[in-house]
Amino acid sequence: MITGRFFAAGADRRIAITIFILLAAAIIVPPLNLAVSPASAFYVPSYIVALTGKYLCYALLALALDLVWGYCGILSLGHGAFFALGGYAMGMYLMRQIGSRGVYGNPLLPDFMVFLNYKELPWFWYGFDHFWFAAIMVLAVPGLLAFVFGWFAFRSRVTGVYLSIITQAMTYALLLAFFRNDMGFGGNNGLTDFKDILGFNVQADATRSALFAASAITLALAVFVTWAIVGSKYGKLLMAVRDAESRTRFLGWRAENVKLFAFTVSAVMAGIAGALYVPQVGIINPGEFEPSNSIEVVVWAAVGGRGTIVGPIIGALLVNAGKSWFTGVLPEFWLFALGGLFVAVTLFLPKGIIGMWDSWRGNAKAMRAASIAEEAGTDPDVPPAKIVRSAARTPGDWSASGPEPQPAE
Amino acid sequence: MSKSNTILYLDGVSVSFDGFRAINNLSLVLDKGEMRAIIGPNGAGKTTMMDIVTGKTRPDQGEVFFDGQVDLTKHDEAEIAMMGIGRKFQKPTVFESHTIEENLMLALKGPRSIFPALFHRRSVAEARQIDDILGIIRLGDKRDELAANLSHGQKQWLEIGMLLAQDPKLLLVDEPVAGMTDAETEETARLLRDIARDHSVIVVEHDMHFVRELGVKVTCLHEGSVLSEGSLDFVSADERVVEVYLGR
Repeated sequence: MITGRFFAAGADRRIAITIFILLAAAIIVPPLNLAVSPASAFYVPSYIVALTGKYLCYALLALALDLVWGYCGILSLGHGAFFALGGYAMGMYLMRQIGSRGVYGNPLLPDFMVFLNYKELPWFWYGFDHFWFAAIMVLAVPGLLAFVFGWFAFRSRVTGVYLSIITQAMTYALLLAFFRNDMGFGGNNGLTDFKDILGFNVQADATRSALFAASAITLALAVFVTWAIVGSKYGKLLMAVRDAESRTRFLGWRAENVKLFAFTVSAVMAGIAGALYVPQVGIINPGEFEPSNSIEVVVWAAVGGRGTIVGPIIGALLVNAGKSWFTGVLPEFWLFALGGLFVAVTLFLPKGIIGMWDSWRGNAKAMRAASIAEEAGTDPDVPPAKIVRSAARTPGDWSASGPEPQPAE
Repeated sequence: MSKSNTILYLDGVSVSFDGFRAINNLSLVLDKGEMRAIIGPNGAGKTTMMDIVTGKTRPDQGEVFFDGQVDLTKHDEAEIAMMGIGRKFQKPTVFESHTIEENLMLALKGPRSIFPALFHRRSVAEARQIDDILGIIRLGDKRDELAANLSHGQKQWLEIGMLLAQDPKLLLVDEPVAGMTDAETEETARLLRDIARDHSVIVVEHDMHFVRELGVKVTCLHEGSVLSEGSLDFVSADERVVEVYLGR
């Protein structure tokens, strides 16, 4: 029982530290990039700012996945789709900001529409001249897709690997759709060549620093929101659905609604991550819907430790830093390294880096005591002879009592 | 047969899975406030009957009424649970990654929608109810322990506690004493008799000693229908029951 409390206290402290670090980075990094002379030891080069800003968006995406996968057991292999949709909504706003400065100089239509002989702006581009409208779409489009998708999937009680497969199919379908030129989203090339965001040049160091700070602050906020959700009674319910879904139903809870809420919130978070990502990398194209991208997000979360809020963030930062380094040194081997990493984490670090860290710390002792009690499958008060009798009566029934999710009959 | 004053009324219920008739023209009536023990060999349809009552399985034909007027075949699990039917599974099913107290909190009667749960704060009344239940199921000293660390018997009790927290009108209890010591079995019988004072209860159990402890009317199921019904002595003296279930 002390374990539970200590663990909770430890987790809370960890959340506070994470939020503090992110906010501190948002405050400290921009001046170190802008105001400090490049000769100084404290100078943060612009490319580092841009790179870490991008990683923070990935971290937000991993955190979004963790809310559904780690806490509700929904292994979404299509979270990249929500990320990309948020990115496209932001990209459309950035396209409209180009105005007549495009290659063709058309004041009404973006370059790719001129190139593809569009006569007028498609209706779904209306409103994207305004930042507020784009911002709402960043939240609404992924949220709505997740809501509709989840409504059907969870109501039909699609679970486990089947759900993973249809999320994968969803992102693949969107990939194919966005590749088409007549979809009106730039086809293969996507949206690029951005000039301004809110009137500031997207290429300028100051804007990049601001976007970095915005990403860090948003991630800090998302950490707080996720922590609040997970700690509430609803959060307990979310984990209860993960561990014993039919038990929650027989208690009167609507498991499908529990999942739907988490899935929608998670998709909105992923959409925000995409929207912050696009101005920092300067392009959004259908490649972001690639199923392998979504799978990579799962690897980040697994490496960091799913079901821990901080883990997926650490996983996303580490794996992407590794990717940047690796693709520089041995580009052809990166995918092997990534695959190997996933296998290794699954085999040797099933709880990820955070889980490993926890078992190294003082928790190790308490956890060992708990697992011994579990292996024995008994309480000291219960005479073991009785267990033999009951085992004979209902063979194999009592022995399966690990803390793993257990399907009710 | 009149449905009034019954808590559960099954008439002519049949269900088959891939041609196998799990329940075959089953009729069973439980009066309000009654406790009933159901026995029968494996595959007699005991668990399937509970699945039908709780909305997990739809019957192919027949009537299933709760409280004299609610047609249970038209509702799903969550709705039926909210109407006041609680169920304990054969294999104890508790939320293993939560503490005992959190398990009970999730079961506690109250609103079952997302937003109240998101902004829920435990009230004094709820805390008192949880304390009461912890006392009844004798897990008061383990309230902050993870349910995964409980013994099998304690998980059974926790699940019964969760049923109590739900405050149902009818409790369906599937093999509550599997894996329990003799002392725990007796304790459980006492607990169920207490519960039966103000609830209707159906207990499925193989342990004849335990059924005798309960001292209630017994229904023996066989191949999906009622084979014999009456007091335990009557049922266990029935030739056919001896044949299919008790063994000679």
